[in-house]
Amino acid sequence: MATILPIGHMIDTGRGTIGRELFVAPEIYRQELEKLFTRTWLFVGHESQIPQPGDFFVSRMGEESVILCRDPQGSVHVFLNSCRHRGMKVCRYESGNTSLFVCPYHSWSYTTDGRLQGVPLYRALYEGQLNRGEWSLIETPKLHIYKGTVWASWDPAAPDFMTYLGDAVDHLDQVLDCRDGRPGGSEVIGIHKWILPTNWKFAAENFLGDTYHNPSHRSVDMIGIGPSARAGQTGRRDNEYNAGQHIWVSFPQGHGVHSVWMPEAFDYQPSYQQYPAVDEYFRHCFHERQKRLGDKARIMPFTGNLFPNTSYHGRQPRGLCVWHPHSPTETEAWRFFLVDADAPAEVKDVLRRFYMRYSGPAGMTEQDDMENWLYATKSSTGTIARRYPFNYQQSIGAFRHNDPVPGDVSVQITEQNARNYYDTYARYLQGDGWDSLLGIGPSVRRAAE
Amino acid sequence: MIAATVGGPEWFALKHDAEEFLYMEADLLDQRRFREWLDLLADDLVYFMPVRRNVKFGQHDEKENTRQGEGISWFDEDKWTLGKRVEQILTGVHYAEEPLSRVTHMVSNVRLLQVTPSPTDPAEIVVGSRFLVYQNRVEYETNMFVGRRTDTLRRHGESWLIARREMILEQNVLLAKNLSILF
Repeated sequence: MATILPIGHMIDTGRGTIGRELFVAPEIYRQELEKLFTRTWLFVGHESQIPQPGDFFVSRMGEESVILCRDPQGSVHVFLNSCRHRGMKVCRYESGNTSLFVCPYHSWSYTTDGRLQGVPLYRALYEGQLNRGEWSLIETPKLHIYKGTVWASWDPAAPDFMTYLGDAVDHLDQVLDCRDGRPGGSEVIGIHKWILPTNWKFAAENFLGDTYHNPSHRSVDMIGIGPSARAGQTGRRDNEYNAGQHIWVSFPQGHGVHSVWMPEAFDYQPSYQQYPAVDEYFRHCFHERQKRLGDKARIMPFTGNLFPNTSYHGRQPRGLCVWHPHSPTETEAWRFFLVDADAPAEVKDVLRRFYMRYSGPAGMTEQDDMENWLYATKSSTGTIARRYPFNYQQSIGAFRHNDPVPGDVSVQITEQNARNYYDTYARYLQGDGWDSLLGIGPSVRRAAE
Repeated sequence: MIAATVGGPEWFALKHDAEEFLYMEADLLDQRRFREWLDLLADDLVYFMPVRRNVKFGQHDEKENTRQGEGISWFDEDKWTLGKRVEQILTGVHYAEEPLSRVTHMVSNVRLLQVTPSPTDPAEIVVGSRFLVYQNRVEYETNMFVGRRTDTLRRHGESWLIARREMILEQNVLLAKNLSILF
């Protein structure tokens, strides 16, 4: 077995280096599954996927299959998708509606609130031995629904979701709220699932605030694929934020975002120019949003990553992406595409078409990301390659605290979000307590000083 | 419109004609003659590859495939978008296809499913086929895409234009990192 240096040696954010072992070593990967994915809050799905009692959607947490479902009373649960008897998956459909999950192996069955109901030949074989109440489906001890999105954690001691999210909430809201500023109101219009031969952190880091990779998307920027491309505009999306200051913000819980801080007074930039009705709709939403949100309307989103593996695109396109680990060098990507549930049909149609040509494995923009992540992973597995850490020195020290928004804010392209992410990551792998993981412990303060 | 039933020299000639067209079209893609390939597409083309889901027995017709015109599929697009895909490849900096993949399209099981109005005067035909697309790129990266295709071909002089292409890929979670090639 290869010798793995202590995590503190592999992650040196003061100097700006991160060891390649983090992206390729099976030993590190195993620790991530045990110490990180068992504790953090993870995105599992969206309420719009399970509107009715009995509705279910099979999701993942880390490497493991879980069932998101709504019981007859309307409560939402997340269960490990594994029979308590011999472990068979109790559900192999992606979604649907049911009153029971029946294990195909020995026919144990579970209700949608997780209780073990049916045990064949119970009287003859189990009477007096098996207490059904003790053999329910394994349920996440923590679950939280925020503006339609469902999050869960396997750690009973995990802090509540809003504490975990912290000040990143103002940025996530720009993804989840209606375009006119009403809270929540989004729906999932479809999902892409695909396998990519890369370490999951390459993908998370890409969304965390790596704006430096912009040149890799030169081909789409040259040809123009945005919502105004047919009206002659180049680039891969509309320029909605011309008047704003780009900001890269990191948060003590490990989250990082790339947003834009708009000036005090700013006007709507014409968008969706080949679709006058859609342009008009977004113009209307823009003004409503400014009225509703006031100063908070100045935050406009690009991308972000909520620690550890849930990324988002804020507007063009709009959706959540989860990078499920499969192995050190293999990731299963799930992208959930979002629209306002009550948007007009014409608007939804224009959006979904744009999402498909931009995002995912067939998306003209993201194909180039996947190519980069694949070969970055592959060429880091070598014995010699592993001796040389990655460079994370970009814009070290160039950030301000809580100005103009809460968090560590950079106004130049930076790897500060990534350095903060890996500092947080190290605390998980060291097995720190929750104060430290939330960035409020004494050890964190000491390190900062 | 008649359903295409086997028989008669006109029917065989028409089937042969459709096969030759599909093989020629596949060859243009494999030879990377992308712009010439675009010329085979009707201006009102629908190019559709659904996402396929694992559903309970009895729900396949209703729920297995995403639907054209709704929600999110792998492809649900028009000629303009395919033109953009070709333009992107031809920039030379579309890194997912730079260097270019090596691709072979195998087309088989060709059947005439529908002929409008008749085999002697076919204005539009619906052709079913199977595809096996082999992609190899850079050194070791290899993908196999296998599935069914249903094409609507529209008479265009001595040849055809593709007016509609539906591609049913036999996968649920996509096992390739990208769909950077044309089907």
